[in-house]
Amino acid sequence: RDFNERCGQCSEVNWGLTDGGRYYCRSCHNVTERTREVVNTDFMTNSRVQRISKGSRKQEKNGIGCEWYVCEGFQLVLKKQAEALQALGVCPQMKDEVLYNFWRCYLQKSKQAYCNRPAGETVKALSVCESSTDVDSEPERPSLLHLLSLSESEGDLQTDCSFASSMSKVSESTSIYSGSVDGSLYLMKNQKEKLRMTMPMTLSFCYMALLWLREPITLSELLRFVVEGHIPYLNVFQHFPEKMKLCGLDLKIFCVESWPVYEEVYNKMLELAAFLDLPRFPDITDSCFLHPDMLCIKYLMEANLPDELHNWTCRVVKKIGIGEVDFLTLVPGNKSTRKVKYDILAAAVIVVVLKLLFLLDDHYEWLLSDFAEEKNKSNKEGGLYFEFKKWYEVVKHSLDVEQKKLDEERAKYLWRCEKPLFYSVKNKSKVLKRRQMVVNLQNQFGKLSGSVRRAEKPNPSSFQLSWSEENTDGSCFHGHSLKGILQEKCGLLTAMNPDYWLCTVKLCNEKLCGHLAHYREVDFPQSYHFVLRLFSFLLRIQPSYIHDEVCMIEHKLFDKKLYKKLKYNTVLRK
Amino acid sequence: SSHEHKLNFKKSKEACLSYIQDAMLQKQWKRAAEFLTSYVESLEKDYSREPIGPSEMIWRIGTEILCHHSDSSMKEFNCFMEQMKTLGVKRYLKVCLEHIYHLLCNGQIDEAYQNLSLAESWRFGEQTAIQDKEMKLIQAYRGLLDYYSWSKQKNILLEHGKCLDGFADLSVEQEMHSCFRKAAVNLKEIIKIPGVWDVFVKCYVDLLEFYGDHNEACQVLNEYAYNSKFPANPNAHVYLYHFLKRQGESKKSLVSALKILHDLVPSHELMIDFNTMLQKSKKRKKRRLGLEVIFAALDYAGWKENVKAWSCLARQVKQIVISEKHLDWIKQEWNSRKDWWPAFHFSRYLAKRNWQENKSLSYEKALVAGIFLGKDCKYFKYVSHQGCKAQVKRFRILKKFVNRHNPVYLRISG
Repeated sequence: RDFNERCGQCSEVNWGLTDGGRYYCRSCHNVTERTREVVNTDFMTNSRVQRISKGSRKQEKNGIGCEWYVCEGFQLVLKKQAEALQALGVCPQMKDEVLYNFWRCYLQKSKQAYCNRPAGETVKALSVCESSTDVDSEPERPSLLHLLSLSESEGDLQTDCSFASSMSKVSESTSIYSGSVDGSLYLMKNQKEKLRMTMPMTLSFCYMALLWLREPITLSELLRFVVEGHIPYLNVFQHFPEKMKLCGLDLKIFCVESWPVYEEVYNKMLELAAFLDLPRFPDITDSCFLHPDMLCIKYLMEANLPDELHNWTCRVVKKIGIGEVDFLTLVPGNKSTRKVKYDILAAAVIVVVLKLLFLLDDHYEWLLSDFAEEKNKSNKEGGLYFEFKKWYEVVKHSLDVEQKKLDEERAKYLWRCEKPLFYSVKNKSKVLKRRQMVVNLQNQFGKLSGSVRRAEKPNPSSFQLSWSEENTDGSCFHGHSLKGILQEKCGLLTAMNPDYWLCTVKLCNEKLCGHLAHYREVDFPQSYHFVLRLFSFLLRIQPSYIHDEVCMIEHKLFDKKLYKKLKYNTVLRK
Repeated sequence: SSHEHKLNFKKSKEACLSYIQDAMLQKQWKRAAEFLTSYVESLEKDYSREPIGPSEMIWRIGTEILCHHSDSSMKEFNCFMEQMKTLGVKRYLKVCLEHIYHLLCNGQIDEAYQNLSLAESWRFGEQTAIQDKEMKLIQAYRGLLDYYSWSKQKNILLEHGKCLDGFADLSVEQEMHSCFRKAAVNLKEIIKIPGVWDVFVKCYVDLLEFYGDHNEACQVLNEYAYNSKFPANPNAHVYLYHFLKRQGESKKSLVSALKILHDLVPSHELMIDFNTMLQKSKKRKKRRLGLEVIFAALDYAGWKENVKAWSCLARQVKQIVISEKHLDWIKQEWNSRKDWWPAFHFSRYLAKRNWQENKSLSYEKALVAGIFLGKDCKYFKYVSHQGCKAQVKRFRILKKFVNRHNPVYLRISG
């Protein structure tokens, strides 16, 4: 019906469809290889791909590869990432439903697919990468865009064809060009309103889906898995099919030269959620992994702190209301509430509890520790009292070792992959030569390295530091008791420490200067810095972010006192 | 947004580089190699704005590691160098030169020669002109190796000179002459450029002398020594001096050659010869200079126990004292030294030690001490006492001599 080419045998234009979906000439019964495009909603799993009608493809004589659009590339990336997450234990729903729906919604909203292309928009995509001539004989890769740009009424191939033919010719200048059809367009146009897709944003998508499903992976963990290589990110383009040639501007889009930063991914996720007009996310209740009470258990374990501290974290959480469903659940677009970073929040709660119980002013905690030590010496039977000093020594030692390992890993990290990339055909041979030399040198010096390079990545694990109670060297503090630092008052256990110091008296305006407070190591006690450093390592973020959350919690905790003080001050000034 | 802590490729490689440097400083070659394996990726990135790019880093670091690593071999080294040569055309000849140095240091003369010839034939547009200096060096070293071959063949011939093997000698001789020609051309070129070319000069002069071109040799050496464009080089004067001596030149020219050497390096070992020559001169000025020379030499700690030097000084001092002429010379020289020579040369400790270790040394020194510090000075007293006790004749003579000329001391110390 919509196929307008002349039949190769009888030159008629009189086509029908076979059962197999192929066009055949009604006049001479010549069956072609071309099939009708079918809207396949199952394409997330990349199942049997349909051929694209040749008429809508630019035909060039020479060249290999085919036309592909940038969003197709990203779709592949997301697919790979979702598969990896599934391999890590995330439920299949994430890939098949949640992520796919988010992505589809995004494509629609950003008018890249699933909609009628606005009439006024002529795409001047400059592409030097020619499409294949033997596209006939091979099974293909999805041409999602054509599939997707079909409007609800099926078979609007006419629009499709006209759209394709309105694409401009191959440009002479090779300075702006890409393997993808719309690479240059992608980068050139001001896409702020439309939230242009980037590599870090793929992680925002993943995290958003994980959050929607309330999966037990925090953002910091997700990012750590990415860096450790369990989730494709760096060099993910090597999984693109052969036909999808990556060159020129595509490199700018798909090749990353840096690891994603927590803040960046998180903020983009919020933007995305608002952009997609998502409703309120599923509730984060106190049985969720992401609830501070739950996360605190995990972090307390990892930090080798006594289980008893959990009572205290729960108390703080309850007191300032950060365990409430409404506080924790994400409502996109709502600009008034401060968005919750679950992992940082939980870590900050622990820090505050430590400050409450031990003060952490480089003085009092050691006194308490000596006191507990005395008690432990005289009290031979029964459980051990928690000694801050011992804990500090044990944890510091492990932390230093792990940090050193991490720093070396980062320095030794190999960024390049086997698949070479070149900006243009001109520097292809140079790039290949360089790659060959790098490989040679790596072989030569690799042999001289002595130690065998770890070929396999280590297994992904949720815990980076682990402490076993079975160790007889007393290096595990989970079971230790806090009795040494607590006292009974009116039937309640309270801290012996009567004091507290605030990290900051006044919070900054986050919107203006990006932070609630400004952390400088020299301004704070070393014990406090150590605790920040510990969680900074576990979460792989800068200490200042934890410090911000600590300030926020403190201000919530002591707001009455602060309010009184401020009020008093203003009264005085008058 | 302020994401300076963001870990990216560049930062990762910078960190990697500092790990390499640490490892190298601590001579942990395996560890350095491990990190270098990761650092080489930098080659795939554009660093054209940096002053020193990764390719140069890798070349230098890799060379160090391969030189010191226990598992490395010359084969590995050569393979690495070949790769480095392709990395940067602007550095090509430099890399070649360094490779050749290593081959020479490892005794692989033939390989070095091959590499030199190969490098010599390299052409690359305007780079050839830009890297002209390196090219001259390469040619010079090839000349050097040609000289080395020539020298070997010369020795063969000299040995065979005894037997009458005509034919074999002829081919060797012809080859020898061809080596000479090749060497001479290149060596001549390099020494035209201002620089320190001791090795090349020596070899070239050797060639010229052998073939009897003494004029050219003389000119070359004079140029090398006296051309102000060339950096001041004591060796140039040494070579010239030796050459003049071989040629039997006049004392005058010998003296002028050594005079500059004295100015440049007062502590040079040739100062003894110089002083000996000057002492014998009829001219007063020369003898005065001789005294200056020997005093200057003995200012240096390395000469403290040099018997010959002391005997030169002693002889000249004795001669002056006996003739009673030019005592003012001694006074002048002693004036600037009287504050520190006593402790430096004539302490009681040194007296004991010199006597124990080297009687001749103590004898010569004692004479000088006795004249300059008087018969009652520590050094003289101890040594002459010991000498007389041991009944060594010359010490008794010495004692008498110093006692007789004690007034001299009084005069010069005043």
